[in-house]
Amino acid sequence: MTGQRTASPALIEPAAETAAVPRFYRVASRREDTADTVTLELTEPAQPVPAFAPGQFAMLTAFGVGEVPISVSGLGDSGGGRARRLEHTLRAVGAVTRALHAAPPGSLIGVRGPFGTSWDVASASGRDLVIVAGGIGLAPLRPVVLTALADRSRYGRIVLLTGARTPGDLLYTDELDRWRRGGVEVAITVDRADSGWSGQVGLVTALIEPAGLAPDNSVAFVCGPDVMMRFTADALAARGIPASRIRVSLERNMRCGVGWCGHCQLGPLLVCRDGPVVSCDRAAALMRVRGL
Amino acid sequence: MHPSEDPAREPSGQAVVVDADGLPALFDALRGRGYTVVGPTIRDGAIVVAELASVAELPFGWGVETEAGRYRLRERSDTAAFGHSAGPQSWKSVLHPPRAKLWSADRVTGTVKTSTVETSTVETSSVKAGEAAEPPRYALLGVRPCDVRAVGILDQVLIGGRHADPVYRGRRDGAFIIAVECTEPGATCFCTSMGCGPGVESGFDLAMTELTDAGDHRFVVRAGTAAGADVLADVPSRAADEATVRHAVTAVDEAAERMGRSMPVQGLPQLLADSRESPHWDDVASRCLTCGNCTMVCPTCFCTTTEDVTDLTGDHAERWRLWDSCFALDFSYLHGGSVRTSGQSRYRQWITHKLGTWHDQFGSSGCVGCGRCIAWCPVGIDITQEVSALASLQDVAATDEDRP
Amino acid sequence: MTGTVAARLSAQPFFAALTDSQRGALAEDGTAVTFAAGKRLFDEGGVADMFWLMEQGGIALDMRVPGRGDQIVETLGPGTVLGWSWLHRPYRWHFGAVARLATTAIAFDAASVRRRCDADPAFGYAMLRAFTPVITERLQATRLRLLDLYAAPSQVRHADIGPVNA
Repeated sequence: MTGQRTASPALIEPAAETAAVPRFYRVASRREDTADTVTLELTEPAQPVPAFAPGQFAMLTAFGVGEVPISVSGLGDSGGGRARRLEHTLRAVGAVTRALHAAPPGSLIGVRGPFGTSWDVASASGRDLVIVAGGIGLAPLRPVVLTALADRSRYGRIVLLTGARTPGDLLYTDELDRWRRGGVEVAITVDRADSGWSGQVGLVTALIEPAGLAPDNSVAFVCGPDVMMRFTADALAARGIPASRIRVSLERNMRCGVGWCGHCQLGPLLVCRDGPVVSCDRAAALMRVRGL
Repeated sequence: MHPSEDPAREPSGQAVVVDADGLPALFDALRGRGYTVVGPTIRDGAIVVAELASVAELPFGWGVETEAGRYRLRERSDTAAFGHSAGPQSWKSVLHPPRAKLWSADRVTGTVKTSTVETSTVETSSVKAGEAAEPPRYALLGVRPCDVRAVGILDQVLIGGRHADPVYRGRRDGAFIIAVECTEPGATCFCTSMGCGPGVESGFDLAMTELTDAGDHRFVVRAGTAAGADVLADVPSRAADEATVRHAVTAVDEAAERMGRSMPVQGLPQLLADSRESPHWDDVASRCLTCGNCTMVCPTCFCTTTEDVTDLTGDHAERWRLWDSCFALDFSYLHGGSVRTSGQSRYRQWITHKLGTWHDQFGSSGCVGCGRCIAWCPVGIDITQEVSALASLQDVAATDEDRP
Repeated sequence: MTGTVAARLSAQPFFAALTDSQRGALAEDGTAVTFAAGKRLFDEGGVADMFWLMEQGGIALDMRVPGRGDQIVETLGPGTVLGWSWLHRPYRWHFGAVARLATTAIAFDAASVRRRCDADPAFGYAMLRAFTPVITERLQATRLRLLDLYAAPSQVRHADIGPVNA
């Protein structure tokens, strides 16, 4: 003993090093979704992949390049006796994500996690789920859809409203019909159409009114660029969904993912620890302050 | 409650007096137990924190003159070794070092024939956590009460949450803390306002009060832990008589009355939250250079960044953790640009975190009143004055609202 | 859809703020119409002599862009109005419109409605109060789309601040 600590004792978990030290998992599959987005499945038969809840994120390491926070985009347990896999859809925007994007099957990617708060889909039991996705924001929301589909009778309506930059940027298009058959109402729009597009063109919030939501019974899950989450939350609130039932997934610069590095602060929130999923009654005012 | 009325301030019966010439024995006792002694010493015109090879390296007879944006050594009229404040370094240099290796990994790329006669590239890796084997053990000699509190604050941030920082944990578990109470606060000091000085009640293995009156250089020492008592037993000392103990207590209590500054702590977190859109940030930004000095000298600023490096083969990778500052332009980098680009937003972030949102995140203030940020700011920005300015603006705003 | 124009007008929330008599007057200028999917309602540059209140279906607004063909700029659904170029000179369409889906709507004679607005300022003001929110909402939505929020950082031109590490 070397003197008293002023705080409560640290919670030491059995593998304390793993919070700082990554485990390397193998890329089991790599699927190109759009021009700059891929979905990777990570697994390692020799060591179990940790369980991630929808909304949580992993810090992914590209060997020798660096590390970034990426939300999970699938449910780990796909059943069928297969080893649990981590699914991440990511976009190549910088050095680390470019390296991750290019990782071929068989290569190794470091994983730290699970970190952060979850979408807590179960808390919306008995309610209508209103899922609004902007661009690659659909990736962290996909586990919400899959969770609800796996237990369909537990929820009311499942409404998915998704917007993308162009038709070529839409994610998971091959799954949408399966989701519709499973009982998800899917509405899609793009900001800019190409000549082959016969669907809706306009901002994702234009999909809210025609959805005919019942605000008293809805829980909203919103993910996309900061500005998109702001105006979507405003539009949902204008329809009467209370801020406490609108959840967003915040994003900030992260170097550690576990509350030690100070980078991910948004006012009083540490996004890695108090988020990334935060309800709007906490987040909305903070998101409105310039340069917070 | 005034310090002298606090029953916890009553001297314990185990206080002893160690003469200044007993310090080498303290060093030997520490080194004999495998500690590296770290303490104040003069280097480059300042009193810094460094490994001490011997007692002689302590800054006997040296004090400091501090003010906003000013720090100078001055010769004292006595031989005090700990009669100085607000040095440019703090104990985070030891416990939370500026550079630390988090882990290293080696990768082997080979080819494997699968049963379908295809070959595929398979990588394997072995990962080693850094500093895992034998973290160094430091004896921190001369930790001021403000810095004792700062160590407690870093404990909460780095090992008091759900995940414990292994580098800090390793060094902290092995650390031996010798606190030295203050009898001579500096002009930039305000530990009394922050409730963590100039005396210290806990968080140390040994606590010393330095006395130099009448040419009799001695320390009143008490143990705070069994490990402290164990070390103290190897140091020549005599029982402290009542008068000496009283003298030490009074010296510290009087220091509480002579703080150079004070911080209006009442309602600080709310004041800062209410001041998010204050016009005052423009005023600070016109002075603040965003140089980050304050974050470097602050004993509780803990922000770090990471850097992944490889050797030339690309198969040996290391992740290093480095000190970072919220004043750095890319600190808040996200999607092609930073969130906090302006000086206003970065200064606001620092002071609001330190005095306000730290409470939300870690359950206490992040400030210990050591005054280093005031002394080491090149333009002399004074955190206590900035708070007063914000408070007056809030009062004006409140008065305006009340007007019919 | 069945029912009188006046009844169908009242069933839509768009003109709910009009008084009953104002709505009745507006209904006199309205006709029930249907469009098959693919039918072009009007061309860019044409005379804006009508506007529509959509009840069912969907319309795409488009613009002729040489080299890119007819570029869709926005799609509109039930419950909203199509066309506001009739409100101000030169009364010409800025975009074209084509039915994406089989559409039912109430078409209004723009010139007649304008004469009513001139003759009865209260009616005119109520019409503008109904239309201006739609215009500002679409303007705001368009501005947000201009921000190109879903673009990758490399697709957005901005000041170079900080390293691209993520």
